[in-house]
Amino acid sequence: MKPAAFDYHAPRTLEEALDLLAAYGEDAKPLAGGQSLVPTMNFRLAQPEALVDLNEIDGLFFIREGERGLHCGAMTRQRAVERSGMARKAAPLLHEAMPHIAHAQIRNRGTIGGSLAHADPAAELPAVAIALDASMYVRSVTDARWVPARDFYVGLFATAMEPGELLVEVAFPQPRPRSGWAFEEVARQHGNYAMCGAAAVVELSEEGAIKKARLVFLSVGEGPVAADQAAAMLVGERPTATALRAAAEEAATKEIDPVGDIHAGPAYRRHLARVIGERVLTRATARANEAPLL
Amino acid sequence: MTTRQFGQPLKRNEDPRLLTGHALFTDDVQLPGMLHVAFWRSDLAHAFIRSVDVESARKRPGIVAVYTAEDLGEFWQPGPLLVPPPPVEQLEFHQRTQVPLAKGKVRHAGEAVAMVVAESRYLAEDALDDVYVDYEPLEAVVDLEAALAAGAPLVHEDLGTNVSARVTQTKGDWAAAESEADLVLRRRYHYDRGTAAAMENRGIAASWDERAQRLTVWDTTQAPIAIRNGLAAMLGLSEHQVRVIAPFIGGGFGPKIMMFYPEEVLLAWAAVQLNCSLKWIEDREENFYATTQERGQIHDAAIALKRDGTVLGVKDRFLHDAGAYAPYGLTVPINSQCTLLGPYVVPSYRSEFTSVFTNKPIVTPYRGAGRQHGVFVMERLLDAAARRLSLDPAEIRRRNFIPPEEFPYSNEIIYQDFAPLVYDSGNYEPALDRALELIDYERFKQEEQPRREAAGERVGIAVVNYIEGTGIGPYEGARVTVEASGKVSVATGVGTQGQGHYTSFAQVVAEQIGVDVPDVHVVTGDTDLFYWGAGTFASRGAVVAGNAMHAAATKVRRKILKLAGEKLEAAEEDLELIEGRVQVKGVPQTSISLGALAAEANPMRGAVQPGTEPGLEATEYFGPERGATASGVHAMILRVDKDTFLLEIERYVVVHDCGTVINPLILEGQIQGGVAQGIGNAFYEQLHFDENGALRNASLMDYLLPTASDIPNIVSDHVETPSPLNPLGVKGAGEAGAIPVGALFAQALDDAYRDIELEVREIPLSPNRLFELVGEALTRERA
Repeated sequence: MKPAAFDYHAPRTLEEALDLLAAYGEDAKPLAGGQSLVPTMNFRLAQPEALVDLNEIDGLFFIREGERGLHCGAMTRQRAVERSGMARKAAPLLHEAMPHIAHAQIRNRGTIGGSLAHADPAAELPAVAIALDASMYVRSVTDARWVPARDFYVGLFATAMEPGELLVEVAFPQPRPRSGWAFEEVARQHGNYAMCGAAAVVELSEEGAIKKARLVFLSVGEGPVAADQAAAMLVGERPTATALRAAAEEAATKEIDPVGDIHAGPAYRRHLARVIGERVLTRATARANEAPLL
Repeated sequence: MTTRQFGQPLKRNEDPRLLTGHALFTDDVQLPGMLHVAFWRSDLAHAFIRSVDVESARKRPGIVAVYTAEDLGEFWQPGPLLVPPPPVEQLEFHQRTQVPLAKGKVRHAGEAVAMVVAESRYLAEDALDDVYVDYEPLEAVVDLEAALAAGAPLVHEDLGTNVSARVTQTKGDWAAAESEADLVLRRRYHYDRGTAAAMENRGIAASWDERAQRLTVWDTTQAPIAIRNGLAAMLGLSEHQVRVIAPFIGGGFGPKIMMFYPEEVLLAWAAVQLNCSLKWIEDREENFYATTQERGQIHDAAIALKRDGTVLGVKDRFLHDAGAYAPYGLTVPINSQCTLLGPYVVPSYRSEFTSVFTNKPIVTPYRGAGRQHGVFVMERLLDAAARRLSLDPAEIRRRNFIPPEEFPYSNEIIYQDFAPLVYDSGNYEPALDRALELIDYERFKQEEQPRREAAGERVGIAVVNYIEGTGIGPYEGARVTVEASGKVSVATGVGTQGQGHYTSFAQVVAEQIGVDVPDVHVVTGDTDLFYWGAGTFASRGAVVAGNAMHAAATKVRRKILKLAGEKLEAAEEDLELIEGRVQVKGVPQTSISLGALAAEANPMRGAVQPGTEPGLEATEYFGPERGATASGVHAMILRVDKDTFLLEIERYVVVHDCGTVINPLILEGQIQGGVAQGIGNAFYEQLHFDENGALRNASLMDYLLPTASDIPNIVSDHVETPSPLNPLGVKGAGEAGAIPVGALFAQALDDAYRDIELEVREIPLSPNRLFELVGEALTRERA
């Protein structure tokens, strides 16, 4: 379990990093927290020719409020996001999801951008990013663009980024009035990969009907799965327990196609999606409403 | 004796070193010019090897040597059979043991085919990419029943069968029991594989000193003396030319007593060949293939009872997964066979097993060593019977206990130590009563459970019993020496893997010599410091080595008293040993320190008289005629999340009887660690082999070990029924915590779902499996 030999670069500026990534193309991997990449290299499942270590680039570590809401530099440690009062206020769903990411020791090292860019289907942050309509700022030597989270994830461990591109920042819009949120997952052990998880955002109209809903699952597909039909079913409805259960049922039976692994078969994952889907919609609605369900 | 050392919950002597990172582990051994080893391991479970090409690997920079089976010449030999089959009539046994490097065929994934020696582990692993093995893949033998079907592929072609052994043992008359019975129940039970996953993987460092003509080997073994003897024989060296040191080891649990692992013989051989020092540290991925595993069994069992719940007999037929080779003989399945009988009167018993070769890693004992399977079968049968007879699970157990006046109690069959299965002592009912009291059994059943179930919760309670044969022979020894400093040094041959030997052995000695426990310096597992012994296994350290300590310390005490009597001009019976001194009772002014006395016993002038020895030292050995039988009760309250099928252990109780207790704190640790491993076995850990014999979860990412947050606080208490088989009255405690946990989970889950008659018949479980089982039970219920 020793990695194969590789070149190691530790640029001090983003421009240097982008130059290196451009030069190596697909043969280099950016190194963020290393919590997924390094074990993969130790197993020799990944044998990049070079690592471009981003840990010396000061400009990638920040949490601030900006025009797109809460902006986080890609190298911001997950633990820093978790403990940030600003993030808690500006993106409470993000805050609620953070403790589910592995263990505190891993979050001390793991970064928000590393997890978002790694696109592990069991990861929490991609699902949260989609539920919050976050957008990703992607840079290369020649280009800079904002990509909506929904368009960022294109498959198993796959994103819309091209070789030479780097995720440098993510922005989460401010919560809407009368909206609520919830995150939940079921893992075999605290800190382990989720067998199923879900993030929900529910926005209510002044009359108390559902104005907008988001329900995004993790660990039940090749990436984060947004249950759009279920969300659409809820729009205009009163958020009754029956309606929320029906939406979760719709999502679990029609909108996900989970594959099994040694920990959870497809049927069990679907069952969990139903259970968790209902739980997060219920809690998100309660938070939006700050009143008992009808 | 004024201050008692024995029986006190003293903190451990070894902990400051362990906790501050100052203890020596095998990977801490760094020698000048040390080389590093990596192994090329088969990714196929079953294949003929047409050829192995290592030429380009040999040419890489930094590579010192690459060996295949062909390169070993005469040194290539299958390993020894560690435990021959026991003297049971009409036993069938086919010996096949592991080989240093695969020759002609690989029989399990991870079997080593080539060995690379390089200047660093990185370079060694790089060179593995340049080893080319030409295979002819074969269908793998994975399923135990398919392995025995006609036309099945064969793990060892020359045997003509995949049967490793067949053993039948009987007691009484099952047929008569069956015909007399009011109720006969038949069940099939599955108990699947797991791995010990010690915190420290295996490791070996070997160094050949050409000038001294001596080989030194640091090895994470539980049996350094046997390794020394074997290596000397294999390498054509005198035993005095080989020193094996088992330093501090991060957990043994049984797999580290397997002998000889291929790496153990190859590192030693290569050190001599290359006249060098080299080291191999097993990585976690290798550990999943190259270290032995345990537990795959399928049981077809039946129980015959009278209407009142009295057991008339048990019949069991089971298949045991031996893996690709069976160096440990029949220890594990014999343990299953014998431990099934538990603390109960079972007048008739017929048990036959077939041990089966498969294309999976080798099976040898792992904490519990087959006992949990037997306990699972018996406890499940009793639970099924209790349900049918409308008896409380605790009550049906109580009705079948062996009464205390029946000891020693013979079960008539042969145990793993080849001695008849005779329980030396036991007193089961007080332990059960205490456990029921601690778990608040009646109140939970009468009040709490109905109330919570009415509120929509799923909660279950369970109580199970077990016995554990511990402390078997052949023997261990100890040398106790009072040094001129007044401190005491102690050496024994057993290795230590975290059990607290440096403290518990010190307590046994301190009790006799009258010194403080921190003043007793214990050395274990260095063959240069103690020559004889067997090893640390079968919950025997405290029983066998502990009693050798006691014997040696007692003899030194006699020497002290004799010499002190002469020096102080007092009768021996008027003397007492207290705080490192010998004094005339009640007259502290008339005394001599142990240090001064030790100096007097080793004079610079004058002669040692004929028939006497210098020094205050003694070496003694202890070998019990047979093992001491420990026993216990575990009880648990379990909550199931009815939506997600995650579990929460709300309360866990252990009442244990391991005879006289040397150190309650250490015992507590043993019990808690065992329960943690048992919980892992019951609900988290499972090795998933695919149909090709490949392991799908060979990492701690996918093989789930219980973590601190999965382990409840364990409430424990003790009943002390001293063993009559040894002077200290102790019984082993090493495996007790792990043994009954699977059976406990099964009963608790059944109880939580008794309305739909859930009946768990397998271990390990998982939330996914529970979801399926509850779904099936619901379907049956609706039908």
